[in-house]
Amino acid sequence: MSENAVQYYRSAFERLDKQAVLPWFADERESAIRQLEETGFPTIRQENWKYTDVRPIIKRQFNPDQTGTRPGSDELAEVRFENLDCYELVFVNGQLSPSGDRKFPQGVVIDSLAASGDRHAEVLNRHLGRYSGKNEGAFPALNTAFFRDGALLILPDNMKLDKPVCLIYFSTDSDSRIASHPHNLIVLGKNASAAVIEYYVGKGENDYLTNTVTEVITDDASHLTHYKIQQEGKKGFHIGNLVTRQEKDSRIDSHSISLGGRLVRNDIVANLAAEGSGIRLNGLYLASGRQHVDNHTLVNHLKPHTWSDEIYRGVMNDHGRAVFNGKVIVHKNAQQSDAQQSNANLLLSDNAEADTKPELEIYADDVKCSHGATVGKLDEGMMFYLRTRGIDEETARSFLIYAFAEDVINKIDISPVKERLESLIIGRLPEAEKIREFSE
Amino acid sequence: MLTIKNLHVTVEDKEILNGLDLEVKPGEVHAIMGPNGSGKSTLANVLAGRDDYEITEGNIEYLGKDLTEMPPEVRACEGIFLAFQYPVEIPGVNNSYMLKAALNAIRSYRGESSLDAVEFLNLIREKMKLINIREDLLNRSVNEGFSGGEKKRNEIFQMAVLEPKLAILDETDSGLDIDALKTVAEGVNSLRSSDRAIIIVTHYQRLLNFIIPDQVHVLSNGRIVKSGDRDLALQLEDKGYEWLSGEADAA
Repeated sequence: MSENAVQYYRSAFERLDKQAVLPWFADERESAIRQLEETGFPTIRQENWKYTDVRPIIKRQFNPDQTGTRPGSDELAEVRFENLDCYELVFVNGQLSPSGDRKFPQGVVIDSLAASGDRHAEVLNRHLGRYSGKNEGAFPALNTAFFRDGALLILPDNMKLDKPVCLIYFSTDSDSRIASHPHNLIVLGKNASAAVIEYYVGKGENDYLTNTVTEVITDDASHLTHYKIQQEGKKGFHIGNLVTRQEKDSRIDSHSISLGGRLVRNDIVANLAAEGSGIRLNGLYLASGRQHVDNHTLVNHLKPHTWSDEIYRGVMNDHGRAVFNGKVIVHKNAQQSDAQQSNANLLLSDNAEADTKPELEIYADDVKCSHGATVGKLDEGMMFYLRTRGIDEETARSFLIYAFAEDVINKIDISPVKERLESLIIGRLPEAEKIREFSE
Repeated sequence: MLTIKNLHVTVEDKEILNGLDLEVKPGEVHAIMGPNGSGKSTLANVLAGRDDYEITEGNIEYLGKDLTEMPPEVRACEGIFLAFQYPVEIPGVNNSYMLKAALNAIRSYRGESSLDAVEFLNLIREKMKLINIREDLLNRSVNEGFSGGEKKRNEIFQMAVLEPKLAILDETDSGLDIDALKTVAEGVNSLRSSDRAIIIVTHYQRLLNFIIPDQVHVLSNGRIVKSGDRDLALQLEDKGYEWLSGEADAA
């Protein structure tokens, strides 16, 4: 099946107009599709994909060259975060959607990669596809070969962005099996800081694929707060790769919230490439119905005095299934590094499932590392306590599930984003209305 | 108010209560005493509706209703309150939200309207004074990071807000220093009334110095072996539970 799919993508690639977007990148695209031909798509025989079978994606032969229709303005209004003052780019099925009002601060690049890439060729040459390209697996290779657009964010040294950047990736309803492959590049100069929200959202009842790549480079002492909110449609497939490379004393706070989609895989590869750099990885995933959500994180402690602090939580209901794999590698000379990781999974039904695997590889001898992973049901002692106070069983359950998820949501400090997420999470609880009343 | 007849309860196939009888009338305070493992806490939990305790024989009647099949939240709505021996920590669930949800659930069961935020705040301010509990504890997660004394005080505070008809205090005195014990006892005494009954489950009689019971029962091997007035508690302190084992065997 994989061979057929590879042939399918090769012929689609032949039809692709490689000169339309970043023509100088065409060779890189060609070598990415060749890489895909060599390796094929992953199978469950590969350790990294043991619990996530991507055959439903590869057998569907998504169309990388379909653009679909534009969403209506009320559809977009619904998607936007209420009361969020931000710099916004909207991508529809992977391509920038023109919008009238775009005032960005002087010296900052917040633009479409396709439209502005040639003007910033020097930065792109240095970074594009260097961290998550053809060698990082079939899906990043597919993205490299096919991406038509994405966001380009370049912050000069010392620039502190006053408002968050909100990137909305909207997949419209279409029966032509659209695949979008957004490719984003975020480059923070020395001592710069920014908050970036990537919001993937899909509507409708049809199959589609989002295969996204985001590359992040943070120079000395810069600070990026990154949000990825995945709320694909019921039949959406989502594969996401976030790869970061951090210079001295830079910091990233990553929030990855996975709510939608039928088959979802989020990969984060964090490279702590210079002393004093650190990353906080904060994650929440919900899976109900027959949703499958897989989160893989890899933190490379490459230099001394680097730190990572990871907390992922998941709530699975019905036949929902989750996979968590958190790998931390403390390389040989990364002395006095500090790596903390925890993953907790809450199973709400007998048919829900979670496979969690923390992996620590430590090649340095003077480090502080800890990890823990749990899979469990709601605590009966807590349930009984709440019920003895007069709170009915469903409401008590909702209280406890919400509290479990809230721990992650509380770390989000952009209020409109936090409120949207709270509302979305509450909406999935058995006694939504009662909880809404108390969370206000 | 509460009539327990020939109650047999097993926990994980082990019989903990075997043939317990108890009659509690409105306005009364009963103390249930007994050595460790005599079944005191089991009785408290069975009354509150813990479902891993199986009633194999006998019955419990409360205000004319059969309690044995009633879910815990319905019992609470009917006016039963258990102050836990080990109050559960619930991270992420705000103490006062929880209490507001509880109070309004009970009010709605009784056909009363829900309290709004202001009414609720006024009520808890009033009860806070009564129980002498710090306001910041109310805005934290339920019992999370509370000291032993704070947890017990929080239980009594909840009781004051929910105003049960039958309150069961399970080892409320354990882990309290003498000052905390006095405050908790004052709180409980302030809630004594002619239409409210209280069952105090305790190993030691010292709490009974501050909350004077109408009746004292001694539980041994899953049944009540002796009942009397508060002098019985004093005798027990003097002579120890060993004193009664002999009498129980004779009976």
